[in-house]
Order: sequence, then structure tokens, then C-alpha cells
Amino acid sequence: MPLPYYVSPEQMMKDKAEYARKGIARGKSIVALEYLDGVLLVAENPSTLLHKISEIYDRIAFAGVGKYNEFENLRVAGVRHADLKGYSYSRGDVTGKALANAYSQALGNIFTQDIKPFEVEVLVVEVAEANGAKNEIFHILYDGTIEDEHNYAAMGGQADEIRRFLKDNYREGLSLQEALQLGVRALMVTQNKALTERDLEVAVLDRTKERRRFRRIPPEALRQLLEGSK
Amino acid sequence: MTDEQWQAVFANYSNASFVELLRGTSPHLLPALGAGAPEDPMVSAVPHGTTVLAVRYRDGVLMAGDRQATEGFQVAHRTIDKIYKADDLSGIGIAGAAGPSMEMARLFQTEVEHYEKVEGDGLSLEGKANRLAQMIRMNLPAAMQGLIVIPIFAGFDEKAGVGRIFKYDITGGRYEEAEYFAQGSGGKDARDSLKKRYRKDMNKEEALRATLEALLDAAEEDIGTGGPDLIRGIFPTVKTITRSGFGEVPDDEVRRACEALLVERKGRL
Repeated sequence: MPLPYYVSPEQMMKDKAEYARKGIARGKSIVALEYLDGVLLVAENPSTLLHKISEIYDRIAFAGVGKYNEFENLRVAGVRHADLKGYSYSRGDVTGKALANAYSQALGNIFTQDIKPFEVEVLVVEVAEANGAKNEIFHILYDGTIEDEHNYAAMGGQADEIRRFLKDNYREGLSLQEALQLGVRALMVTQNKALTERDLEVAVLDRTKERRRFRRIPPEALRQLLEGSK
Repeated sequence: MTDEQWQAVFANYSNASFVELLRGTSPHLLPALGAGAPEDPMVSAVPHGTTVLAVRYRDGVLMAGDRQATEGFQVAHRTIDKIYKADDLSGIGIAGAAGPSMEMARLFQTEVEHYEKVEGDGLSLEGKANRLAQMIRMNLPAAMQGLIVIPIFAGFDEKAGVGRIFKYDITGGRYEEAEYFAQGSGGKDARDSLKKRYRKDMNKEEALRATLEALLDAAEEDIGTGGPDLIRGIFPTVKTITRSGFGEVPDDEVRRACEALLVERKGRL
């Protein structure tokens, strides 16, 4: 029987991280922006059927980049976690923090134990109940690293450039339209082609709504918002 | 992939079901897994919801219920709500043992929402009605002991463009009603009343009036059903389900309609 080659743990982790990062870099990007009434999520996604942004619970949304089947699995697991918790306690007890921790644990375990790491990054966004309270944006990486972000977050292939752009251009108290236009400009930072409503998937967590705050912005409304100031 | 993994992905049609998820992960949270025993005299000491009804009208369905829960011959609660929103386009009116009924309504809400979130599309009205039937069947052992849960389910069918009403029996039998239905201890009286007043294509005001009259008749004939309480200002809950969603008829409007009705009745006697 041939002996397996020895690979140092350090090298192995490095290889895995590089593998995951390459997978993620191939995909398109997503930005999340806090605006006046909540949080806006904008993804470059030409498909209207395969979503990258989805509802998890009353005030919680999910966004994933990378390999579709992998973040789809994470998304469904998140819906299950939230609904189970909300049913056994109360709707108010379902928090984005607990969910983000669960994702971090799951991705961390997969990264260290499985041969192939997940090639995904996810955002868990929770909109604050009322004005004044803080929105929460958790960014979880392929290896389980978790960061909480403020005002804006970006992930996917061109995340670094987008983050730099947002750092220079983001200001607090944006209206929905301003936030959307800024988000779309951010997604176009690394490409020359203009993005229209057909290339975008947009949803908001709108705290002025009752109970389920998540809503998608359909293409027609999106077009009007995008053309608004031109 | 192993056989089991294939099974999990393709054969497990219930991936989107919250009830099946509970069965797998936390079966103790599922209502009514107790074995059937002979009817227990203690059962009448459990609060019971009394009269709920649903009426079709021009724009969809109107659902209403009185506000009283009874414990044997005692009033258990004066302001219980018996009409629950299941999702944007459907509602559930509970009659029977109040505890299990409310639990079932909550479970059903979660089930419908869970399906919608996991699949990305909502269940059809037909699908929701069938799912509720299966959940009522789960309650059969408890129903045999006397803890009966028999809701009315009503909603707006987007495909057909009409409101639809479903009634159930304790075994989960599902029957569609074309015009109206009332359930609970005062259900029969409310149905008798509606039979005389129902007309096709009523507008909202007419439907509201017929509904409130039916609840008033039920309250007069059935000791379990609560009438309008003028002292405390407690009036029936009335909800509408139309193409534009699940709405509430404001308390004020219900109160005014109730008061007009009472004045009119007084004039007749």
C-alpha cells in the first residue's frame, strides 16, 4: 500500500483558502447598503428565477455569492433554523446574530473537515425594529470567519474595489432611490458595461412594513427608481 | 452519491414542509401525538371557541367570529380572536377546543410561510386547503377524546380569481362550500340565518350586514356564543380576503354596523 503524501496543515489550509477564493472570485458581486427606512440589497444577477437574495424571517434577509447549490443549501438551512426557533419561542426571538453564528460554525467545520471547502460568502442582514436602533449586517466567509459591517457591505468577485468605492461615496441617511443608484454604480466600478434592471436582483428590508419586512423590487419599479434622477 | 442522498434530494417531496421538519427534529412540538383514550369529562373544562363563519361576496371572502371562549357553562375569555391570517391571501377561523385550535392555526401559518420561503413561490389555495386537512387528521386521536379542532379555511384563489371557502370534519375530510359556512356551537344558527340573507354577488356592506346578523342570531340562540358587548365595547372580528390581500374591517365600522342592527331589531319588537 502506498503511503499518503505528507502535507503540512498550514499548506493544506492555504490551498483550501485559495481554492475557495478562486471559486468566489469567478462570480458576480452583491452589495448591501443601509438607507433611511432599512437595508437595501443589490445583486448583479441576470436570472429572475435563481435568487441570490432571499427572505429568511420577519426582519432577516440572506444573500449569497459563489456556488449556487452551496449557498442555496445554507439558505434553506437558515429558513429552517428561523422558523423552528420562531415557532418554539416567539417571532421576536429570531435574531440575525444567532443565524450568523450558525452559518459561521457550519462553514468553519466544513472548511476544516471536508476535502472541498464551500466556495461561498454569505450576508445575514437584520433590519432594526424602529428608527434609532441599529441595523445588523453580518458577513460570513468560506472558512467561517465572521465580521459585522456597518453602513455597507460587499462580497463576490470584485468586492475589494466595490468596498473602496463605497468607502469614498457612501453617506448616511440615503433615500431608497439614492441608495439604489449608489449600489448600482458600485457594482459597475470594475466593468464598463452599464447595468439595467434586467441585470439586477434587488430587495429591501423595509422597517416601515408590517411583520414580514422583506420585499423584492420588481423590474418595472426598479426601472423607474433607476431612471428617476437622469 | 449514496442511495440515501439521492433519496433525500429527489424522493423527499416534503423538503418544504415545516410540519415534516418538526416531526423529524422536534416531535414534542407537534400537537396531539397522544394516544386516543375514551372521552374525558375534563374536556368540557377546557376553553372552547364558539362561532366562526365565512361568506363569499363580490370581491372575495369575508370571515368573522364572535369574541367569546367558554369553559363548560362559564365564560373563559371575552375578547379572543378566532380569525387568523394564514398568509396574504387566506385566513383560518378556529372553532373547537381553543388551545389546540390556536396551536394549529399557528402551525398552519408557519407551514404556509415556510413553504413559500423555501420554494420561492406560495402554495396554491387548493394546496393550502389540503395541507390543513392533513393537519386536522393528525389531531384525530385528541379529537376522539373530545378535543375537537374544526376550522374554516377561506381565501382568494388567484388562478380562478374568486374567493373560496372550505369546511372540515374531525377526520380531515375537506368540503368546499360555494356560498357561506359557519362552524362552532352557534354555527347552525348562523347558517340558518345566512341561508335567508345570502345573495349572490353582495357588496362588502351587504356581506358585513348579513354576517353580523348571523352572529347576532347565533348569540341569541346559543349560550356559548357572545353577542356584541356594549358595556365593554367588544364586537365581532371581521376580516376580508380579496385580490389585494388580507384586510381587517375596522372596529369602528363593525361597531357602527352592530349598533344600527340592534336599533333596528329593537324597533321591530
